[in-house]
Amino acid sequence: MAAINRDDVAHLARLAHIEMSAEELDRMAGELAVIVDSVKSVSEAAGDDVPATSHPIPLTNVFRDDVVGHTFTAKQALSGAPDSDENRFKVPAILDEA
Amino acid sequence: MNTDAVLSFDEAMEKYDPVLGFEVHVELNTKTKMFSSAPNVFGDEPNTNVNEVDLGMPGVLPVVNRTAIESSIKIGLALNCKIAESCRFARKQYFYPDTPKNFQTSQYDEPIAYDGYLDVELEDGTVFRVEIERAHMEEDAGKLTHMGGATGRIQGADFSLVDYNRAGVPLVEIVTKPIEGAGSRAPELAKAYVAAVREIVKNLGVSDAKMERGNVRCDANVSLRPHGRERFGIRSETKNVNSLRAVEHAVRYEIQRHAAVLDSGEPVIQETRHWHEDTRTTTSGRAKSDADDYRYFPEPDLVPVVASREWVEQIRATLPEPPAERRKRLKADWGYSDLEFRDVVNAGVLDEIEETIAAGATASVARKWWMGEIVGRAKAADVDPGQLGVEAATVVELSRMVEAGKINNKMASQVLDGVLAGEGTPEEIVEKRGLAVVSDDGPLLEAIDAALAAQPDVAEKIRGGKMQAIGAIVGGVMKATRGQADAGRVKELILEKLGVSV
Repeated sequence: MAAINRDDVAHLARLAHIEMSAEELDRMAGELAVIVDSVKSVSEAAGDDVPATSHPIPLTNVFRDDVVGHTFTAKQALSGAPDSDENRFKVPAILDEA
Repeated sequence: MNTDAVLSFDEAMEKYDPVLGFEVHVELNTKTKMFSSAPNVFGDEPNTNVNEVDLGMPGVLPVVNRTAIESSIKIGLALNCKIAESCRFARKQYFYPDTPKNFQTSQYDEPIAYDGYLDVELEDGTVFRVEIERAHMEEDAGKLTHMGGATGRIQGADFSLVDYNRAGVPLVEIVTKPIEGAGSRAPELAKAYVAAVREIVKNLGVSDAKMERGNVRCDANVSLRPHGRERFGIRSETKNVNSLRAVEHAVRYEIQRHAAVLDSGEPVIQETRHWHEDTRTTTSGRAKSDADDYRYFPEPDLVPVVASREWVEQIRATLPEPPAERRKRLKADWGYSDLEFRDVVNAGVLDEIEETIAAGATASVARKWWMGEIVGRAKAADVDPGQLGVEAATVVELSRMVEAGKINNKMASQVLDGVLAGEGTPEEIVEKRGLAVVSDDGPLLEAIDAALAAQPDVAEKIRGGKMQAIGAIVGGVMKATRGQADAGRVKELILEKLGVSV
């Protein structure tokens, strides 16, 4: 079994700002371990002649010319914001979270 | 508010050896953002330079700006870096309202440029080599304004307002290797290094390089170790050090603070510090803990960037003359002494003098004006000389008026004040203020007669060949004409009058 324990999951949940119950942590630790093991079997299939890759598509240098395109109006940009003020997104006090 | 103990800088230097490191963020001046076609413009109405990519909406696809890649390669080359054959982007995950995506698109294990160096010249001409670890591409974050607190700081704020116009603006982050051996010149080196980086990106034309607008921003790492020890001490990272003077002050302050902590027997805490320009001190930010667990992974929406050697060489061929070489050339062209030239460089008026010479002044006249008149005024106004608003053409016009004998140096200085006060062109100011040199011999002869009569003994000395005595008579005439006489002409007339030939 892969080394994903309950503490790892709790750590990740905290980093991801996801609240998880004790039961959920237990269950997720087990499930993630299975997933990691499953993925591992792929790397076993690849021989030494296959380099590690992050991008499966054989494409590089997909670029765009430096030409200005469309923008939103401030009203459009803020249309999905829970709260706004002075044409800016309004967010709760940041330091209180810590 | 700040109660951190500090040691005097001299004592800190006696006991400890500083090691520095810098992360300098350079905003590129591309027309559009790094991954979206929204405009990259400073100072527009909030949230108007954004589109769905910048706001991190679901299902959007970022596309890399080719010009930003080329600019990044230029920076890498100018910093004597190797350019990666292939590199990729990575997601740096964190929750903070300045990024709407909850990650910043950056580079992690494959920066576009690495292993370079920059030779930094200190004020006395000493050259210090700073090794560059890497220069990587990323995007800027939005701008937060903290509201409701007493100080506008994040501490005590009730809420914050976010403008995403800056989100997605292309950045190149330049990271140094640990800088050892600077000793007591560490603060000076810090300033000189950031100044050199700023100069390079400005010279390349890839950034507006205005620190006051945040185009060039510096995070300064400082640690201390006892003299002779190889292992580094624990470092602090001071953020938002956004002027050259602040970089110098922040490094000096952190050295003094670390020294006091170490002296007390406590360990230095590895943490982020915030620089405060008003008190010239730093305060603790968040401690570095798992908040730094960014869980980087390769950005799946962007394919790798492959910089062929041909492409890199094409870009290299477009690079302008490096600033250090340019200085060498200008010094030779202008014929300044080492000291004169260094003063010009340190005063930050190299460009201005070059422009003034191009506009028609001689090298010595241009230097005299900028160093003798304008730099002092800029210092008094607490701005950079270039920001004072003196045009090269104005300097040329003033110097021509002096050469033509229309005004003297003292008047020219007054005319310059008038130009700075917005009173018009030099010509108009001379007219308005009635500053023309009195060149009509009539009034001069009267004043000379009076001066000679007032000091008959001096007149006698001059007749006897003591030429240096003439100053007293010239002085009397200048006083009588309230400085409006042409001193050269006065001298001629006095000699004529006394029948002395030179």
